[in-house]
Amino acid sequence: MIDAAISFAKIFVVFNALMLCVSIMTWVERRVSAIIQFRWGPNRVGPFGLLQPIADGIKFIQKEDIIPAEAHKLFYLLAPALSVIPALCAFAVIPFGPEVTILGRKVSLVILDLDGGLLWAFAATALGVYAVVLAGWSSNSKFSLMGGLRSSAQMISYELPLALSIVAVVLISGTLRPSEIVAQQAGLFTHWNFFKGVPFLGFLLFTIAGYAETNRTPFDLPEAEGELVAGYHTEYSGMRFAAFFMAEYINMMTSSALGITLFLGGWQLGIPESWQPAPGWGLWTLQILAFVGKLAFFQFLYVWVRWTVPRLRYDQLMNLGWKGLFPLSLANLAATACLVAWNLNVTR
Amino acid sequence: MIDPRLVLLVSAALFAIGVAGVLTRRGAITILMCVELMLNAGNLAFIAFARLFDGPEAQIYVFFVMTLAAAEAAAGLAIVIALFRLRGTTDVDEINLLKW
Amino acid sequence: MEQIAFFVLALLSIASALVVVTNRNPITSAVALAFNLVSIAGLYMVLDAQFIGLLQVIVYAGAIMVLILFVIMLLNLREEAQAHPVGTFQRVLAPVATVLFAVAIGRGVWLSTPPVFPAASAGYGTASSVGRELFTTFYYPFEAISLLLVVAMVGAVLLAKKKLS
Repeated sequence: MIDAAISFAKIFVVFNALMLCVSIMTWVERRVSAIIQFRWGPNRVGPFGLLQPIADGIKFIQKEDIIPAEAHKLFYLLAPALSVIPALCAFAVIPFGPEVTILGRKVSLVILDLDGGLLWAFAATALGVYAVVLAGWSSNSKFSLMGGLRSSAQMISYELPLALSIVAVVLISGTLRPSEIVAQQAGLFTHWNFFKGVPFLGFLLFTIAGYAETNRTPFDLPEAEGELVAGYHTEYSGMRFAAFFMAEYINMMTSSALGITLFLGGWQLGIPESWQPAPGWGLWTLQILAFVGKLAFFQFLYVWVRWTVPRLRYDQLMNLGWKGLFPLSLANLAATACLVAWNLNVTR
Repeated sequence: MIDPRLVLLVSAALFAIGVAGVLTRRGAITILMCVELMLNAGNLAFIAFARLFDGPEAQIYVFFVMTLAAAEAAAGLAIVIALFRLRGTTDVDEINLLKW
Repeated sequence: MEQIAFFVLALLSIASALVVVTNRNPITSAVALAFNLVSIAGLYMVLDAQFIGLLQVIVYAGAIMVLILFVIMLLNLREEAQAHPVGTFQRVLAPVATVLFAVAIGRGVWLSTPPVFPAASAGYGTASSVGRELFTTFYYPFEAISLLLVVAMVGAVLLAKKKLS
């Protein structure tokens, strides 16, 4: 009974935090892209435009509810929901803090401490493809269908390097449980999985595949305006479009959070244990803030890369995925397997 | 606690529905999907028995069945595509080349 | 709690299976089948087979069903036409025959299965227990099935290839 209440509380906190981060992200995206492009960005609504997300929300809610004439109604209405649900579910296995003691009870700050936690995150990401395909098909529009098929083909193609780079980390850690993977990266930041096995390569592959999975530049041709109007969400307006938007930002956060958990030590501070304060709310707040800080940096990186790197053409994108990242991730896996067998640079 | 007999009844029901689908439907891909349904019913029975005998062997059989189903779906869909290119339809009632 | 989850998931899987078999639009059947696969994965997890349940979502619902959806969209399949005008006799016979078939199998399993599950051993259903067996006892079948996958891949590419005219 009390365990269910604790779980509900955790779900409530994480859900609200994610939704808040989504609205903050809309502001961050617009201001940071403005800074990069040497212009102002939203600065009318509130100080520094900080109330812009609220204005955006009100705008989305009061828009007219349009459904295209020949659209397949059930899937047209289902697709936005179907895109948000797996995105939120994937975040359930990510540990956002250490095991804290609240009112005498030990509470581990992860919603689902599954034995196969990484598989759950990957499964939820895999289910996100359906929303794209169904949105593209049910809109009954050429741009939507092309965008939807291209987006989903891109997503399933880049699932392979993503999974293989995760498998390399699982080889090093010996467990699929994210909280254990984070626990093994305690101490100085050189213990992070970023430096173990083949250094840098696994993280690089994971990040690039993550960018392609979330359909962000430089892999966002299916939603580029000059190419396919807006890809699979062309025919969506108002709150439904906002749902796709939300799903994209939540996917970005899940992908970054997964990368942080696997490669950058999750909520670990990265300083030796002797320098850390004693276990207590001081240390735990620092560790939760460390996780949030790393996540924030990665969101900033997403926006930064968006406005720095040019977009890849679709065939270049698919070539990169199948002929570049996939063999490279296989090589990474083989090299990591050899290093684990010879016990070089994989100290657990 | 869950009754194992109920799990196997669900598996039997899914299998029967899959058989009905294979026998009734006309589209080749829909028939393939009903075959997948039957395979999943079998997998469910395997998992129920794995829990009954408390061992990982039956789970490994499920693993193999899943992999086989993937290979079969890929090859079967390729055949359907080739057939569609040849005959212009996936309706199995129209693809009766060997009929006298 | 487990019983409620089991009943809900079992009902969902049977309902979505019925949609797969009866709906005339192949895309609706495909999405219903994906839903069915996810509910069966839920059933696996209720039965403590965590690893296989998650694998079912990743492989079956996440890959195979997307492939089937792609092929349906590639071939631009419309709604299925009715065969010959289906008479009342066939309309009644099909569900009755299905129920009789399910009852025949069900009676057999009902009489030969114990009514309770034994307690699961520690580490049942985890990736490590399944993996250990897979790579030791079932090593040769594992290698054989990876060969089978390569053969299926090559065969699928060859079969679906357009002839270079």
